[in-house]
Amino acid sequence: MPTVSMTVNGKAVSADVETRTLLVHYLRESLGLTGTHVGCDTSQCGACVVHVDGKSVKSCTMLAAQAQGAKVATIEGLATDGKLHPMQEAFRDNHGLQCGFCTPGMVMSAIDLVQNNASPSEHDVREWLEGNICRCTGYHNIVKAILAGAQAMRK
Amino acid sequence: MGFVGTAVKRKEDFRFLTGGGTYTDDINRPGQVHAYVVRSPHAHANIKKIDKSAAEKAPGVVAIFTGADYAADKKGGLPCGWLIHSKDGTPMVEPPHPPLVADRVRHVGDQVAVVIAETRDQAKSAAELIDVQYQELPAIISTGDAAKPNAPQVWEQAKNNTCYDWHLGDKAATDAAFAKASHVTKIDIVNQRLIPNAMEPRAAIGDFDRATGDYTLYTTSQNPHVIRLLMGAFVLQIPEHKLRVVAPDVGGGFGSKIFHYAEEAIVTWAAGKLGRPIKWTADRSESFMSDCHGRDHVTHAELAMDKDGKFLGLKVSTTAAMGAYLSTFASSVPTYLYATLLAGVYATPAIYAEVRAVFTNTVPVDAYRGAGRPEATYLLERLVDKAAREMKMDRVEIRRKNMIPANAFPYQTPVALQYDSGDYQSTLEMALKASDYAGFEKRRTDAKAKGKLRGIGISTYLEACGIAPSAVAGALGARAGLYESAEVRVHPTGSVTVFTGSHSHGQGHETTFAQIVADTLGVPMESVEISHGDTNKVQFGMGTYGSRSLAVGGSALVKALDKVVTKAKRIAAHLMEASVADIEFKDGAFKVAGTDKSVPFGQVALTAYVPHNYPITELEPGLDEKAFYDPLNFTFPGGCHICEVEVDPETGVVQVVKFTAVDDVGKVINPMIVEGQVQGGIAQGIGQALIENCVYDNKTGQLLTGSYMDYTMPRADDVPSYDVQTHNTMCTHNPLGSKGVGEVGAIGSPPAVINAVLDALGPVGVSDITMPASPHRVWQAINTVKAAAE
Repeated sequence: MPTVSMTVNGKAVSADVETRTLLVHYLRESLGLTGTHVGCDTSQCGACVVHVDGKSVKSCTMLAAQAQGAKVATIEGLATDGKLHPMQEAFRDNHGLQCGFCTPGMVMSAIDLVQNNASPSEHDVREWLEGNICRCTGYHNIVKAILAGAQAMRK
Repeated sequence: MGFVGTAVKRKEDFRFLTGGGTYTDDINRPGQVHAYVVRSPHAHANIKKIDKSAAEKAPGVVAIFTGADYAADKKGGLPCGWLIHSKDGTPMVEPPHPPLVADRVRHVGDQVAVVIAETRDQAKSAAELIDVQYQELPAIISTGDAAKPNAPQVWEQAKNNTCYDWHLGDKAATDAAFAKASHVTKIDIVNQRLIPNAMEPRAAIGDFDRATGDYTLYTTSQNPHVIRLLMGAFVLQIPEHKLRVVAPDVGGGFGSKIFHYAEEAIVTWAAGKLGRPIKWTADRSESFMSDCHGRDHVTHAELAMDKDGKFLGLKVSTTAAMGAYLSTFASSVPTYLYATLLAGVYATPAIYAEVRAVFTNTVPVDAYRGAGRPEATYLLERLVDKAAREMKMDRVEIRRKNMIPANAFPYQTPVALQYDSGDYQSTLEMALKASDYAGFEKRRTDAKAKGKLRGIGISTYLEACGIAPSAVAGALGARAGLYESAEVRVHPTGSVTVFTGSHSHGQGHETTFAQIVADTLGVPMESVEISHGDTNKVQFGMGTYGSRSLAVGGSALVKALDKVVTKAKRIAAHLMEASVADIEFKDGAFKVAGTDKSVPFGQVALTAYVPHNYPITELEPGLDEKAFYDPLNFTFPGGCHICEVEVDPETGVVQVVKFTAVDDVGKVINPMIVEGQVQGGIAQGIGQALIENCVYDNKTGQLLTGSYMDYTMPRADDVPSYDVQTHNTMCTHNPLGSKGVGEVGAIGSPPAVINAVLDALGPVGVSDITMPASPHRVWQAINTVKAAAE
C-alpha cells in the first residue's frame, strides 16, 4: 500500500492507502472528515466537492494517491474559530439548505465560482451548479445564497 | 418571545454548514465490518444454485449469507402496513417478502445474498466471485398490461397479477349523473414512475451487544419507531425493549425512507449471528434499484357536465403498479391517498373510482412526496383543462364555476373526506394577480416574435395530509395508529429538551418546534433543544411523512406544553401563596392576577427539582410532561399554482419562465421554512412534468434509468426562481391551526406545468402529451402534427 501525504485544511497528513482508494474515502474514513459526502457513483451529484490546490474537485473522481503533495480544503476547514465563512453564513441567512447532505459540496463549489467570477449573475450561478444536485430546496434559495455570499466575499 | 410566525434562522444549520452533521454512513462502531448485497441481474428468474465457495476464500470475508440461510433461521418477511379489501370483500393478495430471497428473484435488484467483510471494498470484490445460476423467466413490466390474460405472472396467488380490485364512491349516483349530462369529457392519463432520489443514499448499521442481548440499528429512516415495531415484531422477533433504532441526521426522504427495507433486517440479523457491528451503505446505483419508486398509474377518467359546464359526475378507473412486492404503505397510496382526493377543490356531486393494483417485475412502488395526491391532482387538473377546451369555456371560469365556495365548510365530499376549511377562490384570484395572468397574451405574442411558443397553465388543487385520525385510518385498513407523541423535559435550570416522535430530514423541526416552545414558555430559543430519531430517547413516534410533523407532532408538543404550564402554575401558586386560579403565565413569568407578585419560569423549574418549599402531598417533583395527540381529521392544504413556459419548437425544449404558487397551509410557524418547503416541492413537480422518468426495458425488465447519467434529476438551470405566497385559513381541529406544507409543491405543480405546455402547443395543434414533456416528446408531438397536416 502506498503512503500518501498531503495537507488537509492546513494540517500535514500521511497515511497508507490502497491504490484504489478514492480521495473522498480517504478524507472520510482515514481522516474522519465526514462532512464531505458521497451521493452517487457517477460523479454527477457534487456532494463530495472539495478544493484541491484551490480548485473545486469532485473527490469521488480522484484517487487519494493523485492528491499526493496537494493542499486539500474541505467543508470542515472553512469556518475559523467558530465564525462561518461568508458563503456558509449566506447559506444560513438565505435558507440555502434543508437536509444538509448536498450542502458541503454546494458551499465548496460556490466558493470556487466566486474565486473565478467575483460578481456572478443568477444565470452564471445556475450554470455553475450543473454539477451539484440538491433534492430539497428547488435551488431557489441556494442561488440566492450564492449571490449574497459572492457579495459578502467581495467586501 | 414572538418567535412563532417569524423567519427565525435555523438552529440546525451550523452543524450542516460546517460538516458536523452525523448521517448514518458517518457513524462507525468498534469492530465494525461491512456488508455488500448481491442483487439479481434479472427481472424474473428461478435461483438454481448459489456457489459461494470462491467468495468465502476471498481476503477479508467474514461471512456470506443467502436466502436459504435466512429461511433456515425462521425469520419473517417485510410486512405491509395497510390491508385493502377488493370490491368483492376479499383481502388483498399479500405475497411473502423475505429480506433475502431463496428461490425466485422478482425484480432487477432483488436481494440474493449478503457478503460481510472487513472492508467495504473487500465485500464488494468478494461479491463478484459468487456464482449464482439463474433460470430466467418471462417478466411483466408494463403496468397497463399486467392484468391482461396472457401476461407473465409475478405471483401464483395473485391471479392476473392483481393485488386488489378496489372501489370508492357511489356508482349508481355517478351513472345517474352521467345519464343526464349534456357533455362528457374523457381523458387517458399516465402518471409515470419516478425514483425519489433523496441525496443521501440509504444506509444501515446493525449492532449486537453480546453482554446484554440488545440490538441497535442505525438507519436512514423517517420513522425509527415504526421500523422498530415492524422489524422487531414481524421480521426478526426481537422484543422492543431489546431493540433500539436510531435515525440520526437523514439526508432527505421524500417518502422513500418511510419504509422498512430488507437491508435493515439483514444487517441486524447478521450482526446478531456474527456478534460484530455491520455497516451497509447503498451505492447510488443500488438506490435506483432498491429504494421504493413512486407514482406509476395508468388511468382513464370521464367528467360529466351540464350544458353550462357545471360538473355533475366523475368516473375514474386506475391501474396502479405495486412492483414485485408490497412495500410498507404501498397499498394505501392508490386507494385512500388517491381516490379520496378526486373531488379536489370542486363541488362534483357524484364520484366513482375503481383502482386495480397490480404486481409487476419491478422495484416496489410506495409513497413518494405527495403519494396518491399528486396523481389525483394531475388527473383532475388535466381533465378540467380539457373540459374547458371542449366546452369552449375559459379555464379560469370553469374552475370558478365549480369550486367549493369559501362559505361551504365543513364540506363533505362524495369520496369520504370532510374538508374543514379553505378558500380556493382567494388563492386562485391571488395567483392570477401575482402571475399577471391578465397580461399573458401580450407575453405570448412577444415570445412568438422570438420564435418561441409561450403558454400558461393553472392548477387549483387540494390535498389531505396531517396523517391521520387513527380510528379513521384503522377503519380504512391501516394496521397502525397515526398519532404522534411529544415529551417536554424542563431541566432544573429552566432549559428545555423536547423529545418528539416526528423526524426531521430537512424540514427544520429543531427550529420550528423550538419556536413554539420558546413562545409558550417564554424561554430563549438557545435554551431549547429538539431531540428526535432515537427510540431509546423518544417515548414513541410514528414519524414524518404525509406533511404531518407540525399538524400532528406539533399538536402533541402543544399538548405536552399545556401540561407543563398547568403543573408549573400549581408550583408558582404555592410559592406565592396564591390560588391556582389567580395565576397568570405570560412572557416567561407567573403572576398573581391583580398584584405585583411574580416568579420567573426558571425559578419554578428549579423548585420542581429542589422541592424544599413544595406542595409535596399534592404534586410530584419534577417538570417533565408527555403527550400523545391523535388528530380528529385530516388537514386540507390547497391553493393555486400558475406556470408559464416557453417552448422552442425547433428543439422541443421547454423552459419554465415563471412559476407562481399561492398556497393555504394554515398557521405558519416559520415563513422562511414554509417557502423553502414549497420551492423544493415545486422543483420535484417540475421534474416530474418535464424531465424525470423511470424507464424499464419492457421485455427484459432491465432498469434503463439506473444512474444520474440516465435519470434526469432537476438541476439549477432546469428550474426558475419561484414566486411563493400563502393565503392561510386555519385548520379548525388542531390546536395550532397548521395544515402542513411538505407536499403541496409537488402536488400542485405538475398539472400547472403540463397545462402550460399544452397551452403553448395548442396553437400548433398539439392537444395531449405524456409526462415527462421532454424535448424529445415535445419535438415529436409538434412534428407528428406537422406531418399529418402535410
